Amino acid sequence: MINVPSNWQEFTEGLWERNPVFVMVLGMCPTLAVTVSAINSISMGLATTFVLAASCWLVSILRHHIPKEVRIASYIGIIATFVTVVDYSIQAISLDLYEALGAYIQLIVANCLVLGRAEAHAAKTSPMPATLNAIGMGLGFTLGLTMIGGVREILGSGTFFGLSLFGPNFQPWVVMVLPPGGFFVMGGWLLLFAIVRSRRARATANTQEARHGA
Amino acid sequence: MSEAMSVQTTPALTLIRALGVVSAVCGLIIVGTYEGTLPAADANRRIATERAVFKVLPQAKSIVEYAVLPEGGIAPAKGGGEGGGGLKFYAAYDEAGKLAGVAAEGAAKGYADTVRVMFGYEVTCQCVVGIGVVSMRETPGIGDKITTDKDFLANFKALDVKLTADMKALANEVKVVKHGTKSQPWQIDAISGATITSRAVGKGINDTAKALLPQLVPNLEKLKVKS
Repeated sequence: MINVPSNWQEFTEGLWERNPVFVMVLGMCPTLAVTVSAINSISMGLATTFVLAASCWLVSILRHHIPKEVRIASYIGIIATFVTVVDYSIQAISLDLYEALGAYIQLIVANCLVLGRAEAHAAKTSPMPATLNAIGMGLGFTLGLTMIGGVREILGSGTFFGLSLFGPNFQPWVVMVLPPGGFFVMGGWLLLFAIVRSRRARATANTQEARHGA
Repeated sequence: MSEAMSVQTTPALTLIRALGVVSAVCGLIIVGTYEGTLPAADANRRIATERAVFKVLPQAKSIVEYAVLPEGGIAPAKGGGEGGGGLKFYAAYDEAGKLAGVAAEGAAKGYADTVRVMFGYEVTCQCVVGIGVVSMRETPGIGDKITTDKDFLANFKALDVKLTADMKALANEVKVVKHGTKSQPWQIDAISGATITSRAVGKGINDTAKALLPQLVPNLEKLKVKS
């Protein structure tokens, strides 16, 4: 019998266990491009979360009506629609934010995380769990972006959410807010998680061995 | 045999109908959002422009948008932001409703992308009295110094853009020179290490001034009182 995941499991899947940034490594284009500050990262993450949740919801509702031959075209149309909605909404909320995120709002359409979730999950699930899973994935994406953006902002501008941390004598580490900095920080986090994961695996193996020995 | 090989296909009509339904739903959502957010977005854009103008002309309290007409001369821009196509500029007025200056936008290719600057034009001295960056993607810490470098900004306290006697062209084109070699009031001292960005600022101002001022200056009387 197939184990049907509970709503809570659907929601938390993307937060940690299959985090889009650090585990699935999906949607790297915005991840590396807009994470020059924590606030940009959160905005981009929330915009993606909205697109992801709304399009997964609609894809899930229409899943029995879309023939499989035209599913990709339909999904892209649906995703593009919600990206346009976000685009207009951000223009109405704050032009400064719109300038900061620039072309990357429109590029959410091409974020493989969104199409990936619509195709792999929403198209096979009923609206409620599909939307919950999408929100979880989106928040996991936001978390990943903010962890990268926070580090880059602290090192590259000496600020965190715009608050100055080190006083006026701080010499910013400019490379961190340039494109290469995105790769450095991303690599740093992935390394950290890899170390933690292998430690944990070894620890589990050790305890099991100890138990067998006793 | 042929039965085994034939793939089960959906009739074309069903496919077209499915895509039609999806597009219709999507179209409705997009149009609805556009209509719903348009007033707020327009208000934001107006506030952003005003802020940019007030920054380069600190005495200004209100602005009126004008456009250079294709056949020459100037007229208040018809609302709606986009369209018209002609060169736009902003007449800025102080509290008493007197002309405080004119602001216009210049744009030129910088190091990474187009650098758009707003500059303030002072009528009596016929000079540029302040600049502000509208948008740029220049390298942080290098090109973006154009907004903070004191020596560079000092170029725009009174940058000469006088016209020739017949008001047909600039008497001297705005020129960006190497750092530390500015000798004339129409020259801009570049930031050392950010020459390309500095040049973009100069070129943006020069291009707009060249196109705008010969149309604007003969018609200054029209702007004197707030319309």
